[in-house]
Amino acid sequence: MSTLHTVNKSSFTNRALESCILICRSSDGILLLEDGVFSALKSAPNATALEALNQQGIHIYALLNDVKARALEYKIAAHIQLISYDEFVSLTVNFNRVQSWY
Amino acid sequence: MHKKILLISRHAPYGNSIAKDAFDAALATAIYDQDLSMLFMDDGIFQLLRDQQAQEISQKSFTSMLSALPFYDIDKLYIHQESLEQRGLTIENLIVDNATIVNSAQISNLLNHQDHILSF
Amino acid sequence: MHIIVNNQQLAVDKDGYLESLQQWNTDVATEIAQNENIQLSAAHWEIIYLLQDFYKEFEISPAMRALVKYTEKKLGPEKGKSIYLLQLFPPSPAKIASKIAGLPRPANCL
Repeated sequence: MSTLHTVNKSSFTNRALESCILICRSSDGILLLEDGVFSALKSAPNATALEALNQQGIHIYALLNDVKARALEYKIAAHIQLISYDEFVSLTVNFNRVQSWY
Repeated sequence: MHKKILLISRHAPYGNSIAKDAFDAALATAIYDQDLSMLFMDDGIFQLLRDQQAQEISQKSFTSMLSALPFYDIDKLYIHQESLEQRGLTIENLIVDNATIVNSAQISNLLNHQDHILSF
Repeated sequence: MHIIVNNQQLAVDKDGYLESLQQWNTDVATEIAQNENIQLSAAHWEIIYLLQDFYKEFEISPAMRALVKYTEKKLGPEKGKSIYLLQLFPPSPAKIASKIAGLPRPANCL
């Protein structure tokens, strides 16, 4: 039984991702979208924590459309998986529930 | 059908309508006779402070409104320990003396036992 | 919209709820009750004042479940029953009694 966490705020200005990271556990996933994709940058405040979660088997996703719109495509951390809207929909179906951090 | 629903309220009162929306959603869910729990974390903790004098800003007090929850049979209340500590508060500062204080790991567990989460 | 009581014009919302509790008095209550085909008795007034106490304490109008529980707590199990409140304020006690008590319409009331 696992939860998909979505985060739509930049971790440069907002602590939503920090709270998400506290609660997230191994079978869960994190999707960064809207301004949340700024947290996918290698330079983002929570970059190390996100990478550590990824190494524990938590998938970290970022919505490609939001990434491209903000000209971040070549600046994001390598472990983060870029996904389309269709894949976003599949994720919400495949996880048991969704928690939005905003 | 009985669903296990967790409402997570993470925003401070008054500055925007998110906390009030969470409260309204809780009452509505209670009326539909669902298995509802409420979790207060991050700035959502501030909704629970005693003696809020919201009439000073022409608003309704969360101290008052949240005190009505038992009359709607909403009595499974959880408070995130780290959020409480970060803000320099203790349970004595809050109106819910029957709430359960939970740490992050316990919240992960709580989340993963729900049919639905209402995120506020 | 408005209603007229004792030659005074009082603003109400589209469902007939008083815009300001400050304008409420027993004549206003009697007038609103009459429009709902209710003759107010001592039993009615007891619930009306109880509702106003609830509103003072919690700043919201109670939905049915909360009204029943609050009545039970304050007036005992005999009166804290849906059927008792329904007999006094048919067909929808929380809505009708709030209106007569000068309170806003209860939110989330089915």
